[in-house]
Amino acid sequence: MELLIDSITKALELICNLDRETYQILWLSLKISTIAILASSIVGITTALYISSKEFRFKNTLITFINTGMAMPPVLVGLFITILLWRNGILGKLDLLYTPAAIIIAQIILATPIILGISLSAFQGFSEKFKLQMLGLGASRLQLYLIMIRELKLPILSAIMAGFGGIISEVGASMMVGGNIKGYTRVLTTAIVTETGKGNFDFALAYGIVLLLLSFSINMILTKIQQSSISRHE
Amino acid sequence: MKRFANVFLIFLLYIFAIKELYATKNTIILATTTSTQDSGLLDVLIPLFEKKTGYFVKTIAVGSGQALMLGKRGEADILLVHSPEAEIKFINSGYGINRRRVMHNDFVLLGPKEDPANVKNSRSIKEAFKRVAEQRALFISRGDNSGTHVKELNIWKIIGKYPDKERWYQQTGSGMGQTLSVANEKNGYTLSDRGTYLALKRNLILQILKEGDEELKNIYHVIEINPERFSNINHVGARALADFFVSKEVQKIIKTFGVDRFGSPLFFPDAVDTIK
Repeated sequence: MELLIDSITKALELICNLDRETYQILWLSLKISTIAILASSIVGITTALYISSKEFRFKNTLITFINTGMAMPPVLVGLFITILLWRNGILGKLDLLYTPAAIIIAQIILATPIILGISLSAFQGFSEKFKLQMLGLGASRLQLYLIMIRELKLPILSAIMAGFGGIISEVGASMMVGGNIKGYTRVLTTAIVTETGKGNFDFALAYGIVLLLLSFSINMILTKIQQSSISRHE
Repeated sequence: MKRFANVFLIFLLYIFAIKELYATKNTIILATTTSTQDSGLLDVLIPLFEKKTGYFVKTIAVGSGQALMLGKRGEADILLVHSPEAEIKFINSGYGINRRRVMHNDFVLLGPKEDPANVKNSRSIKEAFKRVAEQRALFISRGDNSGTHVKELNIWKIIGKYPDKERWYQQTGSGMGQTLSVANEKNGYTLSDRGTYLALKRNLILQILKEGDEELKNIYHVIEINPERFSNINHVGARALADFFVSKEVQKIIKTFGVDRFGSPLFFPDAVDTIK
């Protein structure tokens, strides 16, 4: 109990005193996960639109794969990417292993199936009649898609939040492909692991609290956007 | 507008990736053990080296086993490890060159204060291990092929016990810090390097029950990866960093590192001896 109180005090101390290392780690986590979530939102939502508007043979199998992707263990993705990025590996020439870019790649792979899977189910639930009506009224495909995205803002933003929650809290892949290098690829989650290993439980918990505060702020913004669309309809 | 934003974001990502790509030019990959990182020693030494030389060191802290494996694949430029037998094999197979002794500390056998296996007054570490096995007292092992784990396995081997499948023998498969926590919570015995133990001591009720045996010496060597074997490693950087580790200046830092916080040094410098 004492430790918990100590660590909350420590977290506040780190934040209020503008501790340089903490801010650097916080900023890096935010930067990496934001870039990753933007990229996977674009890929995920467009792919979901495409799949939902087409009929093809192995559609169910494909959707099963996507849904399995939602449960992909980060550490497995990390191992896979590490092997690809090894300098004697297939993509070794890119020299990306142990860089923030490598973490971004891993997080994109982790978040994309989540966003794709959830938004796909939303698009599939969209009324076919409505779609036909829109096209009948002379809307182009692109216009139809934009309308669908706007109408389905609620589940799509839920998808993005789920994806963001998945990657900001992920440790296995970041540790492996980033290498947890101090001042360079150490993000909040790997910092928690390091501080725990060093026996600095107060610091570890403090970083955890900083992480929760960060995801709370991001979710607050996303929820605001999400909920504003509801009130407009009323 | 939306389209413009998308293009802009992809562009940003691209720039970011390119930037990272060029940032890796003058880097050295140091694969090392968790003990050098968890004790905080590298947090002192690496920034000093970077400031002096302008190199950027990527420190990958894993078990000695994994560090040697990374070296074997040419995925690291330099190793700082403590698994002497595996290191000699590594050198003899031509993966590494110029193995130099940097420092040592020692392993200690830790256990609960009550000492159910009565290892405290055993004459040697071998006898202590024997007593643990005979009493079937809980023993927590690293189980991760690290230098510490290899050392522990060696002692079991010498006394002819193979506790792998015994119920009193549990493997955590994780780093020293984590393993100490487990042993602490479960009131088990465990073998640890002194540095990590001292660094974590304030959170532990485990006590040193056996120490000082010659068998328990824990020696750290620096190894440069053989540049003839892998063309794409940074050998010049690796040599510079290895020279740095055995330099007088660093040896002096190692000598006093940790004294202020733990009352005694965590490592003892060795490179000065080898120069003689």
